[in-house]
Amino acid sequence: MQIRRKNFLALSGVAASVTLLAACGGDSDTDGGTGGGASDAGGASDAGGAEGGAEGVPARGDADLVIWADELKAKSLQEPAKTWADAQGITVEVQTVANDLQTNYVTANQAGNGPDIVLGAHDWIGNLVQNGAISPVQLPGDAADKVAPIGLQAVTYDGQTYGVPYAVETLVLYANNALTDVPEPGSIEELVEAAKAGGAEVVLSLPVGEQGDAYHMQPLYTSGGGYLFGTDAEGNQDPTDLGVGKEGSIAAAEKIGALGADGVLRTSITGDNAISLFTDGKAAYLISGPWALGDINTAGIDYAMSAVPGFEGMEPAKPFAGVNAFYVASNGQNAGFAQTFVGEVASNAEIAEQMFQSNNLPPVNLELQEKLSGEFPDMVKIAEFAELAEPMPSIPQMAAIWGPLGQAQANIVGGADPASTMEAAGEEIAGQIG
Amino acid sequence: MTSTSSPAAAQTRGTTTITSVLGRVLFLGVVLALVVFFAPLLIAQQLWMWLIVLIGSAIAIFVLYSTKRFIPGKYLFPGTFFLVVFLITPIILTVGYSFTNFGDGTRGTKEQAINSIVSNSVQQTADAPRYNMTVATMGSPTEGPFELWLLEPETGDVFRGSEEQPLEQVDASDVTVADGRVTEVPQGDVLDMREVNAVYNELQQLAVPVDDTSAIRPLSVNQAFVGTTVLQYDEERDVIVDTASGTEYSVAKVGDTEYFVGEDGRPAFSQSWLQNVGTKNYERLFTNSNIASQFLGAFTWTLVFAAGSVLSTFILGFALALILNDERLKGRRLYRSILLMPYAVPGFIALLVWSNFYNRDFGLINEMLNLNLNWFGDPTLAKVAVLLTNLWMGFPYMFIISTGALQSIPGDVLEAAKIDGASRFQATVKVVMPLLLVAVAPLLVASFAFNFNNFNAIELLTQGGPFPPGEFTRGSTDILISMIYRIAFGGSGADFGFASAVSVMLFVLTGILAAVQFRFTRALEDVN
Repeated sequence: MQIRRKNFLALSGVAASVTLLAACGGDSDTDGGTGGGASDAGGASDAGGAEGGAEGVPARGDADLVIWADELKAKSLQEPAKTWADAQGITVEVQTVANDLQTNYVTANQAGNGPDIVLGAHDWIGNLVQNGAISPVQLPGDAADKVAPIGLQAVTYDGQTYGVPYAVETLVLYANNALTDVPEPGSIEELVEAAKAGGAEVVLSLPVGEQGDAYHMQPLYTSGGGYLFGTDAEGNQDPTDLGVGKEGSIAAAEKIGALGADGVLRTSITGDNAISLFTDGKAAYLISGPWALGDINTAGIDYAMSAVPGFEGMEPAKPFAGVNAFYVASNGQNAGFAQTFVGEVASNAEIAEQMFQSNNLPPVNLELQEKLSGEFPDMVKIAEFAELAEPMPSIPQMAAIWGPLGQAQANIVGGADPASTMEAAGEEIAGQIG
Repeated sequence: MTSTSSPAAAQTRGTTTITSVLGRVLFLGVVLALVVFFAPLLIAQQLWMWLIVLIGSAIAIFVLYSTKRFIPGKYLFPGTFFLVVFLITPIILTVGYSFTNFGDGTRGTKEQAINSIVSNSVQQTADAPRYNMTVATMGSPTEGPFELWLLEPETGDVFRGSEEQPLEQVDASDVTVADGRVTEVPQGDVLDMREVNAVYNELQQLAVPVDDTSAIRPLSVNQAFVGTTVLQYDEERDVIVDTASGTEYSVAKVGDTEYFVGEDGRPAFSQSWLQNVGTKNYERLFTNSNIASQFLGAFTWTLVFAAGSVLSTFILGFALALILNDERLKGRRLYRSILLMPYAVPGFIALLVWSNFYNRDFGLINEMLNLNLNWFGDPTLAKVAVLLTNLWMGFPYMFIISTGALQSIPGDVLEAAKIDGASRFQATVKVVMPLLLVAVAPLLVASFAFNFNNFNAIELLTQGGPFPPGEFTRGSTDILISMIYRIAFGGSGADFGFASAVSVMLFVLTGILAAVQFRFTRALEDVN
């Protein structure tokens, strides 16, 4: 699609110049018009794509190694990548793709004008693999000693390693010490009791919204006994074994419904206001990820951090773990340098450490965790909590889960019948997966 | 001025001047140059349709502009050209895609899918050493043949090998070693990093056999690893063979799409390729009973939403325009500027802010009015909220056009009405309104058409919600376009083929509506 679009634009450049010419009957304006057309054509021909700007996709940089990442990650990678490239005697360009990096990357890669390396979450892997967009990477033999298990588990898909992990995110429980006496509740029931005793306006700030938020609900869903996909004999996610609508998910739905009826979970708490409710001192507890730490510290809240607890007497809560990784493009122009660079990230924590300085994300490199535990104890703690979490399923079928499951959970929080709603969600998802 | 007007005058008389001939030659020359430049590119990228468009328009330009004939054609061509390029071609493309399975997992060719499957199956041999690799060649650094010189970092042993030549150990003293790698070889030249990078894809084909199953392969520009390619493609039989277990995966249809499937008949690999699926996308759309049953509901609400938005914004805008058009009112400019404020706020920001206002527990509206209305949780209230917000967003527009139209109504008409004994109300309803409607009716129709497809207003405010429990296709505030967007893109990843089929149907639907609207405007014109 991208290449077609670009040629389309190139052609329109020509069209503009042609009509310009037609209009002035071959006057001296030709330079301006055809100049524009030709430069557009140049963009299309060297697969540079000069016209991608409209969607916020940069033209592929002209360097020995081109890396695409979202804004924060690109910023943090700028310096370390340059340092590494200088040492190798090559040039590197880290480019920001602000919106929809995954889709834009797949399209650009397919058209042959994508980057050599892309940074993204591990749950992209399924989609990237089905589109043939990434090449496997071979981690060094001692990777298991150097990288946290969750990192390796996350980038392994169908028995193959597809990315070099460097950071991990998961949900944790933040408690406002001013509003509760129990900084680390052992169960959801204890949490509710403590917050009510403390008289907080909001017991637990957990984004639900009218459309639901299956990501943030996952700890409660798993604690209640729900699962998304079963695993086959080799430990891979099995899309034919769908957990939504099964017994466990209904038990979880009943617990979630009860919390909704109790006013603990509310559809009025959304992704927009969940963190601010906590930082404004209205909510006693907050379930959120490392991205909330900045705001909480800025607000000066006296907080405690712990793993998300489960329901009393039920399964432990297992939030999703999301691992950030480097991927090698299957269709990049400099696959050799790309493999060399990710090999460097895999064998050496230096680049990840430099990236951490400008973009604090819990690292997966064990050595780096050790090193940062003094100065950034919370970040390292979150990385440790991530070990209790489950990597977000990376199979492409996961895309069908988010909408219906979230919607069903929101409806249940709003008072809908847990069993029938959850079963309907299961049917809808099964229908989507086909 | 006089010098430029003379050739033009000459042309109208039919005399050929040197400037016009030169200009024409130059113009046609440029067109030819562009065709020569673009045609190979389009052929190389196999964009046949654009090639046809390019050559077709070039021929048309030559026929039309090289002679003095075809005067109407000369004027019609530019418009037709844009129509074809910007309107008709995208429609043809969309219709074309609607008969394919184009989407995630089916973007490329079968060859690409096979390549991806096979190359993804490379497994690193556990406990095998990793070598520091040097690439050397006896031929050219771009063509090869290439040879790998490998240094085992633990022991310092040096090996050499290539596709034909199995791995053999060489005496470390025969080569120059620096920084743990071979930097010079007895025969041939060593490639530098950039050269290795440039031929990396060719080097991927180079596997130096270690034993029966595994081989040494280049990993990066300076390292090599020992690995096995587990899967092989057998072109003759069109199957992928697992060399470790002997399992074969053959091509079979799963749903509408061909995959390499295992014995259980399920896709063994998620990679597939672009295929023609005939009318399957349309069948899926029309045989989905849920979509069919929700369609009417969405259509009705779309009409109510569009008509309601136009009516409410027009009534408010017109009323305010009438009031502020009264000359007895002081500070009219100030009031007018204040009323235009909503118009100055970017639409999507306003919508996002409003969506927070409606929050049940923490929203501005409930807090200020001391209400406990579940705005976005109750189907009726959500509809009211959407209409209210759209009223706020849209009335300044109606206010502007009404003010403009009011000011263009001549004062003597009103004066005549006054003399005839009409009250202010009568004058407004019987004289001002009809005159005003002549001017604004087409804009009202346009506004209706805009709101009919006002995706942003719905998506940014309610995202179509609230959804009744167990219903996932259509929320209570879903208009057609937002429901269709969810059907096309909401589920499992991008399914462009199906989305194209949906767009084609939407195109047909809006086409019919546009025809109806044209009739409506014509009826209005007849009145006057």
